[in-house]
Amino acid sequence: MKTEQLPDNLGRYGRYGGKYVPETVMSALAELEAGFSEAKEDSEFLNLYLKELSSYSGRPTPLTFAEGLTKKGGGAKIFLKREDLNHTGAHKINNAIGQALLAVRMGKKKIIAETGAGQHGVAAATAAARYGLECRVFMGEEDIRRQELNVFRMKLLGAEVVPVYSGSRTLKDATNEAIREWVRTVEDTFYLIGSAVGPHPYPQIVKHFQKIIGEETSSQLKDITDQDPSCIIACVGGGSNAIGMFAPFIDSSIPLVGVEAGGKGTSTGFHAATMEKGTLGVIHGSMTRLLQTENGQIIEPYSVSAGLDYPGVGPEHAYLYESGRVAYESVTDEEALDALQTLCSEEGILCAIESAHAVAYALKAASKYTENEMMVICLSGRGDKDVHTLISRREGGSDE
Amino acid sequence: MNNSRWKRFSNKNSFRFVPYMMGCDPDRETSIEIALALQEGGAEAIELGVPYSDPLADGPVIQRASQRCLENDVSLTDVLELAGAMRERGVSVPVIIFTYYNLLLQLGENRFFELAEKNGIDGVLVPDLPFEESAGLKKSCRDRDMAFISLVAPTTREERLKEIAQDADGFLYCISSMGVTGKRAAFAGNVKSFLANAQEQSRVPVLVGFGISSSSQAMQFAGVSDGYIVGSAIVEKIEALLPRFSQEQEREGAIREFKYFINQLVPAQPEKECNHAAENTADDIKAVSAGKTD
Ligand SMILES: Cc1ncc(COP(=O)(O)O)c(C=O)c1O
Repeated sequence: MKTEQLPDNLGRYGRYGGKYVPETVMSALAELEAGFSEAKEDSEFLNLYLKELSSYSGRPTPLTFAEGLTKKGGGAKIFLKREDLNHTGAHKINNAIGQALLAVRMGKKKIIAETGAGQHGVAAATAAARYGLECRVFMGEEDIRRQELNVFRMKLLGAEVVPVYSGSRTLKDATNEAIREWVRTVEDTFYLIGSAVGPHPYPQIVKHFQKIIGEETSSQLKDITDQDPSCIIACVGGGSNAIGMFAPFIDSSIPLVGVEAGGKGTSTGFHAATMEKGTLGVIHGSMTRLLQTENGQIIEPYSVSAGLDYPGVGPEHAYLYESGRVAYESVTDEEALDALQTLCSEEGILCAIESAHAVAYALKAASKYTENEMMVICLSGRGDKDVHTLISRREGGSDE
Repeated sequence: MNNSRWKRFSNKNSFRFVPYMMGCDPDRETSIEIALALQEGGAEAIELGVPYSDPLADGPVIQRASQRCLENDVSLTDVLELAGAMRERGVSVPVIIFTYYNLLLQLGENRFFELAEKNGIDGVLVPDLPFEESAGLKKSCRDRDMAFISLVAPTTREERLKEIAQDADGFLYCISSMGVTGKRAAFAGNVKSFLANAQEQSRVPVLVGFGISSSSQAMQFAGVSDGYIVGSAIVEKIEALLPRFSQEQEREGAIREFKYFINQLVPAQPEKECNHAAENTADDIKAVSAGKTD
């Protein structure tokens, strides 16, 4: 089955996906499904979304040839899809704008969102400010402490940041709490989820609003050459930038690689390598692969990058992993940080540590290709938010 | 359904009290004593919760109980075996395992049912497995004379409620209000018509749960339902008694206090009068629910 036709009517990608949520939100999911399928077919809505992305967020983002990086890699020509140049600094805004406009179209006045590092929280707060929505962002107490700057940004934007004290007080728990809050307020509140995860139709919605990354890339490549790239690479946390980048290429034969956070090494127990180390399970309303104990308790993952620090992965990725269509690799904290430094020195681009995972993989793999071949990296975000982490690393501490 | 415990449950003509407790909170022996106290206090069935790292449908009280149990590595298998031990010590009402789907998935359906049958489980409630996803598990339950407990919420649309209620086993669990488990001052605005509608459609007794923490709150629903479920209030009481449960010389007193607490939760009136009383109170709820919940 071509993935174009997925998910099926139960929201499944093969055995992954579905709706594993309390009955109370089932009617809201049905309403969302209806609202989304209407909006999707509405050219006025589509035009508004595209107009906002161009006149407000600065799209299309460039496709940059990275000459210095290419030399370092010693093989394929490396191109960067510059999602770091988006308003608010990452691909997250594509989805936040899309879903916020959908919320408005559906007549909702309030949104809630979850955030880990604060990137999605900032994007959601930004869209809420622009479209006049009331916004509350759930954030683990631990992350609030680690990401002071983004917390302040969200507050400036007029959002309320709600600290989450349950569980391990990080993204996983912030997502649980956002879902719990949604169960309470479902009648007038739109849950603006931040990655290609959650119950159906969320993974499909997020992909829909992120696929512009891949579509632009595809047409920008065509402007340069008739030749297909030999490899397209994106980092994978929940999987939104990756699924957006891959979307128009899934039915081609171009090799696609998702890069997960290997943390301190996938044999150490300190990583977020959901594909390599995860097993079939349910998290945040969706059947997917996740890091868990034998008994089914969800394990808190680890990565130097807060945006990849997620124990699950979007269901479509689990499906693409199982079918073998996308290869999923992992790189360690060290490799990612080295790549970040290299990209800085060679190209003058400070990327997010999340995105640096994709760069690190590209640098490792480039020499497998000839200089006549091309690799494209989705550079999902910029690294301003990570400066604090980089400073404490340099001073010899950990990011904790 | 041929299960004699469910037959007794559905033939009862009272306003049924069904408590929820977390299995092995604070430990196996105390849980057995708690279950016996619940039965002695009038429980017509017992929901036995299983600790989970990510309990999406639960509020802070049950989350904390989960965490306490996880510190002791309590698993679904442990809770199933606890149910077996409860049976040996005299628990004779239906016991329903309340577990999140991921725990069941990891244990494996076959192994789960093997253990459930061996340990005298009568029902399975999976709060994150809605109607669309539950056909397989429901069939597996029916094959073994167990009830797959279905839930409906005030947001459940008419047609869907009908479909769920007409296919329900054991009892139909009606969620009283929006939100997760936890004590509340008020319930959904449409709760009365919602329950009445559920009663009309359901082929099994209709029970109301979520947020009920006193017998007077429960009585508001006596005319429009066949029973009520109390969870967080009980788990919170157990939490408050933890220091005393852990001391040998205090245990007996703690159990006595728990029994007293349960007696307070169970309305004394016979059910005819309950029905009458409910006429007024159900309208009161509507007024209250315009206010905020806590
Ligand atoms: C810059 C950046 N890249 C990647 C991610 C990972 O998310 P996803 O896998 O959904 O793209 C994040 C998440 O916060 C991010 O901020």
